[in-house]
Amino acid sequence: MLKYAEKIKETALKLFNENRVDTFIGYKKGSVPMMNEPVFVTDPDKVDQLYWDSFCGLNLCNYLTKRTDKIGIVANGCNSRNIVTHIIENQIKREQIYIVGIPCEGMIDHRAVMRAVKYKEILNVQENGDKFLVKGADFEETFEKEKFLQGNCATCTHRNPVIYDEILGDPVEEQTGVDPFKDVKKIEEMDPAKKQAFFTRLISRCIRCYACRNSCPLCYCPTCFVDESTPQWVGKSSDPTDTMTFHFLRAYHCAGRCTDCGACERVCPMGISMRQFTKKLNKDCQDLFSWEAGLTLDQRPPLDVYKPDDYNDFIK
Amino acid sequence: MTDKIFSKEEWLGGLEALRKTYGVFVPVKDGDFHTFMPFDKGNIPDFDYQNSRLSPKSVVYPQSERLFEYTLDKADSEADIVKESPKDYSPRAVVGIRPCDVQAFQIVKRNFDNPEYRDPWWVQHFESTTLVGLGCNEPCSTCFCTEVGGGPFNQEGLDVLIFDMGETYLLRGLTDKGEALLGKITGGSPADDQALKNAEDLAASASKKITSSIPTDKLKEKVTNDLFNAPFWEEIAFACLNCGTCTFLCPTCWCFDIQDEVLGKEGDRIRNWDSCMFPLFTLHGSGHNPRDNKFQRVRQRFMHKLKYYVDKYDNGVQCSGCGRCVRYCPVNIDIREVCNLMNNY
Repeated sequence: MLKYAEKIKETALKLFNENRVDTFIGYKKGSVPMMNEPVFVTDPDKVDQLYWDSFCGLNLCNYLTKRTDKIGIVANGCNSRNIVTHIIENQIKREQIYIVGIPCEGMIDHRAVMRAVKYKEILNVQENGDKFLVKGADFEETFEKEKFLQGNCATCTHRNPVIYDEILGDPVEEQTGVDPFKDVKKIEEMDPAKKQAFFTRLISRCIRCYACRNSCPLCYCPTCFVDESTPQWVGKSSDPTDTMTFHFLRAYHCAGRCTDCGACERVCPMGISMRQFTKKLNKDCQDLFSWEAGLTLDQRPPLDVYKPDDYNDFIK
Repeated sequence: MTDKIFSKEEWLGGLEALRKTYGVFVPVKDGDFHTFMPFDKGNIPDFDYQNSRLSPKSVVYPQSERLFEYTLDKADSEADIVKESPKDYSPRAVVGIRPCDVQAFQIVKRNFDNPEYRDPWWVQHFESTTLVGLGCNEPCSTCFCTEVGGGPFNQEGLDVLIFDMGETYLLRGLTDKGEALLGKITGGSPADDQALKNAEDLAASASKKITSSIPTDKLKEKVTNDLFNAPFWEEIAFACLNCGTCTFLCPTCWCFDIQDEVLGKEGDRIRNWDSCMFPLFTLHGSGHNPRDNKFQRVRQRFMHKLKYYVDKYDNGVQCSGCGRCVRYCPVNIDIREVCNLMNNY
C-alpha cells in the first residue's frame, strides 16, 4: 500500500497546479506507530506530508460533510461507497469533489499486531509488500499482512473504489467466497436471553465517549439524539440501559447505509466490537432488499425509499 | 520512611491480607488492556503492565456518582426534599498505580480542594484512599512525565512506592497512611544499603528512558489572547472527531455535568464526567453555543491544560505526561506537538 503514498502527493500537486481543487484531504504519517492522521492540505507546498499505508483505517468521507469548497480526496473501496451515500443524502455535491481512487489491499488490525507481540511496546512498523516488520526495544518480528487484516477487510468484496475521477493503480482482484456474516449467523441462532447477555457483555466496557459515532460518516445529524436536551432522550450516566439505548439507536440509524468500513471499531478506545450491531442490519438489507450500501448513485437506501409498485404485500 | 524487601509471593499474600482492612484496587488484565478493578476472586492483579487504559481517577472520581436522592411522592412527608445519598468512604488502596497518575491526583486536587472551594465528595474519596505506586522500569515511548514535573519513580503524592527489583519488591513507606498500610503486611525484611542503591539506580535508569522532549517553559509568559488567536488551531482540529477519548482517558480531566434522573416518583441527582469535546458541554439554555465549532472545542482543551491552568495555579501544566491521549486518540492528535507549537509561538 506504501506505493500509493508518492502517487497521492503527485496527484494532489497536479490538482492544485491545475486549479482543480482548493483543498486536498488525505492522511499524514502519524506520530505513533500504526496511526495516521487525517489532514487537509490547502497549500501546494505542503503536499509532501500526504501519506498512505495499511493503517489508514478511518473514513475520510467523514470530513466532507457540508463542505462548500472544491475538494480532492483519497478514497479506497469503502470510503468511496460512503462518498456515494453522502452524495445521495445531499451532504456533498458530486461536482465539488475530485475522487482519487485507491485499489485497496486491506488495512492492518493494529490490535492484532499488539496481541502478536504479546503487548510489548511497538516502536516502529515498516510495511514491505505483503509483509510488515514490527520493532520494539528488544525484539523484531516480521508478519504476513494477510493474517492481520481488520475483520471488515478480511471479508471485503468491494476493495476497488466504486466511484472516482482518477485511480492510482490497476484494480485489485475482488475477494470471492468470503462470508462476512459468519458471526452474525451465530448470534441469530441464540435465544433472546442469550442474545441479550451477549450484547450486554459486548458493550459492558463502553465509556460513552462517542468515538464510534463521531468516526462514522453516516452520523451527521445537527444534533444527535443522545445530545438532545429539551427534552432529553437518553440518560447521561454510565447506566447500562442508557448505553444500550445509544448503541441500538446508533446502529439503526445506519441501517441500509453502513458500508462496514470498520472505522467505529478501529477508533474505540475500549476495543468494543460494535460492528456486531451494524453487520446484522447489513445482512438484513442484503437478505430482504438485495442491497449493499453505496454502490450506485441511482438508488436511495432501502429504508428511505417508497415504491407504489413494491413487490411486498404489506405495501398494497 | 520504611524500606522493606518482599519476595513477590510474600507481597501477593500481603495484598490478600490487606483486603480485610481496605477495598483494594489493582490492575487487572481485561481483554487487550489493563483496568483498575477491585481485587477479589474474579479479578487477579497483574503488575506486568505499562499503564492501564483508563486512568485510575475513577476510584476517587467515578464516571457516574449519585450525589443526592429525593421522592416526588406527595404522600411522603419528605416529598421534594433533596437528601444526600449514602456514600462509601471506607478505606481503599490503589495498588500498582503509576506515579504519573498519582501526580494527576495532585493536579486535580488543586481544583477540587483549595482555599476557595472544596468538593466534599472528591475530597472524602481521596482522603480515604491510600496510593501504593509502582515505579515504571520501562516507561512508554509516548510518556513525558519528566517533562511536566514528574518522573517514573516520582514520590510526590504517593503513600507507598514499590520498586520492582526483578525477584523482589522494595516497598518504601512515604506517609503515615503508607506506613499504616505496610504495617498490616507481615513478612518482608529491612532493605540493606545495597538494595537501596539498586533501587536508586533503577529509578535513574528509568528516567533516562524518557525520550520525549516537551518544553513548557514559555507558556506562562505568553499572552493568552495571542495563543487563543493563533493561526494553528483550525489545522490541529481538522482531524478531531470531537469524541471523548482524550478527556475520559485523561487522569487530569475533571469536568462534570449534573443531571437529575427520575423513575416513577423516585429521583436521583447524578454527577457524570463531561467532556469539553462535546458540543452539549457549553450549550446555553437559550440555544446559543459559545463553542459551536470543533476548533473552538479543541482549542479549549489545550488552552485549559497548557495555558489557563498554568496562569491560574502557577504550578506547571494540567498534564502529568501519562501519554494516554497520545496513544489512544483515534486520529492521532498529539499533545506533545501542540504543546511545542504553543510554547514556541
